[in-house]
Amino acid sequence: MPLLDRSGLKAETFARAENLSDAAGDVIVPWANVQAVLEAGAGNHRLGVDIPNNISIDEILPLVDRLDLISVPFPSFSDGRGFSLAKQLRDRGYRGVLRAQGKLITDQFAYALACGFDEVEPADEVFARQPVEQWLAALTRITNVYQRGYDGAANILDQRRAARAAKAAQVESKEASHV
Amino acid sequence: MYRYDEFDERFVRERVAQFRDQVARRLDGSLSDDEFKPLRLKNGVYLQLHAYMLRIAVPYGTLASRQLRQLALIADRYDRGYGHFTTRQNMQFNWPKLRDVPDILGLLADVEMHCIQTSGNCIRNVTADHFAGVAADELEDPRPTAELIRQWSSLHPEFSYLPRKFKIAVTGAEHDRAAVKVHDIGLRILKHPQTGEIGYEVIVGGGLGRTPLIGKVVRDFLPKDELLAYLEAAMRVYNLEGRRDNKYKARVKILVHEIGVEEFRKRVEEEYAKLNGPSINADPAEVERIAAYFAPPTYEKLPGDSKAYAAQRATNAAFAQWADASVFKHRIPGYAALTISLKTIGEAPGDITSAQMRAVADLAEKYSFDELRVTHMQNVVLPHVKQSDLFAIWNALREAGLAEANVGLVTDIIACPGLDYCALATARSIPIAQAIAKRFQDQQRQRDIGPLGIKISGCINACGHHHVGNIGILGLEKNGVENYQITLGGDATENAAIGDRLGPGIDADEVPDAIERLVDVYLNQRLKDEPFIDTVRRVGVAPFKDAFLAKDSSKTEEAEHAVA
Amino acid sequence: MSTPKRVPLPAILLANDLLDGDVVFSTGDGWTRDPSEAVIAYDDPTADKLEAHAKAAFAAQQVVDAYLVDVAIDAQGRPTPRHFRERFKTLGPSNRPDLGKQAVYRAL
Repeated sequence: MPLLDRSGLKAETFARAENLSDAAGDVIVPWANVQAVLEAGAGNHRLGVDIPNNISIDEILPLVDRLDLISVPFPSFSDGRGFSLAKQLRDRGYRGVLRAQGKLITDQFAYALACGFDEVEPADEVFARQPVEQWLAALTRITNVYQRGYDGAANILDQRRAARAAKAAQVESKEASHV
Repeated sequence: MYRYDEFDERFVRERVAQFRDQVARRLDGSLSDDEFKPLRLKNGVYLQLHAYMLRIAVPYGTLASRQLRQLALIADRYDRGYGHFTTRQNMQFNWPKLRDVPDILGLLADVEMHCIQTSGNCIRNVTADHFAGVAADELEDPRPTAELIRQWSSLHPEFSYLPRKFKIAVTGAEHDRAAVKVHDIGLRILKHPQTGEIGYEVIVGGGLGRTPLIGKVVRDFLPKDELLAYLEAAMRVYNLEGRRDNKYKARVKILVHEIGVEEFRKRVEEEYAKLNGPSINADPAEVERIAAYFAPPTYEKLPGDSKAYAAQRATNAAFAQWADASVFKHRIPGYAALTISLKTIGEAPGDITSAQMRAVADLAEKYSFDELRVTHMQNVVLPHVKQSDLFAIWNALREAGLAEANVGLVTDIIACPGLDYCALATARSIPIAQAIAKRFQDQQRQRDIGPLGIKISGCINACGHHHVGNIGILGLEKNGVENYQITLGGDATENAAIGDRLGPGIDADEVPDAIERLVDVYLNQRLKDEPFIDTVRRVGVAPFKDAFLAKDSSKTEEAEHAVA
Repeated sequence: MSTPKRVPLPAILLANDLLDGDVVFSTGDGWTRDPSEAVIAYDDPTADKLEAHAKAAFAAQQVVDAYLVDVAIDAQGRPTPRHFRERFKTLGPSNRPDLGKQAVYRAL
């Protein structure tokens, strides 16, 4: 399956496997196996995990320092749970790679990045209709957003605040120069 | 009212271009029909029975005259010369072509309007008290709060693919005219009982549809400046835990119902405690910036109630009767808030022609500081008119065919478009409303009956709010025929209540008789000046049920009379 | 091959034009907005053909929401949908006889 981030297609370095012994290099294991894999020690492997999207992040948080990648599934583009999971993981301190995997569409790319995802692994069937140019173009559509605390596009509330501050400073310096 | 700054302007223009591109990608096959559908819905485009339908947001029901004129232009250029005001204060056009929608959106953007999130599984258009800034019982104008939420919820990266739609309403008054208890989230502006600080009571999990439920208080007092962070916590709990296995159980009301309000409150508070509020909330200067747009207009200083108005009332009974029904007391002496009925007997409730839009826009410009409101009762309000201008306004409205003196009365019926337009409907609503209005069209009789809200939905989704109608009518299909269930005792106000079903469904042509029998019970049982809903509460449903079920015996009686 | 879920025949196939939204009827190889020009399927092979036509038109981004509707045939041989919902779809809003197909085409 293809892999892309905000600058375009990127090479896949991870392989999905049940256990570390099944693959060389970077591995994404199923959530059910991650505890056992960690107990055995990841060795030189970079370790990723496929989590289910109905999980509570309280289950994941104790492990986050030892995970290099967390892949969050989108079983359907209309299932938005992954956006909240990503936002929670980022807000609560996960610093590794966050991947959105599944049936996302290009119109959700900016949302995914804003919620803290680094990369998207779209389903082949979707990517066949929506090539990489459309994914990148989708990021340019909306250049300013209203929500604070999300990544990506410029935030309108903070820009308004900055404009107010600049105006106030101008008034102040004018007043000061009059003195 | 709120005006766009450069950021709002750019945002809406970019959204228009984005939708134009989405349509193009649907046509070239990049987007499947399944993928395009939610994208078009999030921009207000439905596919209905005969054509597409476009739902235009009228945020918290506030409109300027230039905006209504633009709607008239769109109605003439791209539709069939009329529009329809909905029960969520929006406007719908019934005949636009998908190929024209991007251009229509451009025309809307020209007057600071849009269709963003008027449908789809996202946070919908925020509604508010249509007498905001007018009513004497108001603590604070709810519209700055609603506007803040409108902006915050627009294209929200995290909450645009919710389990189901999400409706928020705000009221700042003692009397609830925004139906906050039957919304996914209802916000009631209040003063902290000890500190006097302004904040919100947060009500969650109300709603109508298949499972009507009255919302429950999850927060007694939320400080005003913490609103957005708290909403983020509540929405996150819903987005993660709301059911996605069954669309009929996906609204937040079901989650609250299934886990209990205490558990829901606990989960929201836990999430809220982990958030960094100051990084999410709007700073006070931003809240002030928005609030400044809703500052009261420059009223004239008037001595009090207008003598000219009193004299006109005294000499013209028809005018006085119209004014009695239509005028709402304004907080400023000498002024009135005027409701214009869009329930002319024989017309479809909420429909308005382009000529009428222009006539109303002219009146707003001339007499009401250029401002209009849309009500969830599908009427229009001129919020700030001088009492001394009412007579001139009445004459202009008569010319426009908009002077029906029935606001709040039995013929002021709420009805969804039903099966005459809607692809989801199971039965028609409009002809039922028309038949009832015709039956009760006598002015004297309407006034004698007094306040009585009839609400009609053409399917279980309850866009016509039938559950909270004093009399509710629900159109279904039974054995290949339209069939109507009647409920009694619903109430959308601060005394919110869900109506009780009176018995088995009846045929369309039996509905006016059935309503008449219910009204007769009320007239026989009421105490002096007791409104319909109060009588129902006092005497209970039983006598109404008996009268409702007595249809066959009354027919038999008639037959016996005929024989005798 | 007839599917067990198919509506009783005779039937016509209707859909909405993707770009315009108008209700359209299959003529077997094209689409008409006039209900009286709809091809009537009296047998499964004809119904199959209509469905194949609709499937191709959907895939080609021409129509959406296509399905067969069972009809009664009047004395002139014209089809009328048996269900009231579909009947409205071939006519227009019942409260506005000046709008929709009823205002343009011969009533079915």
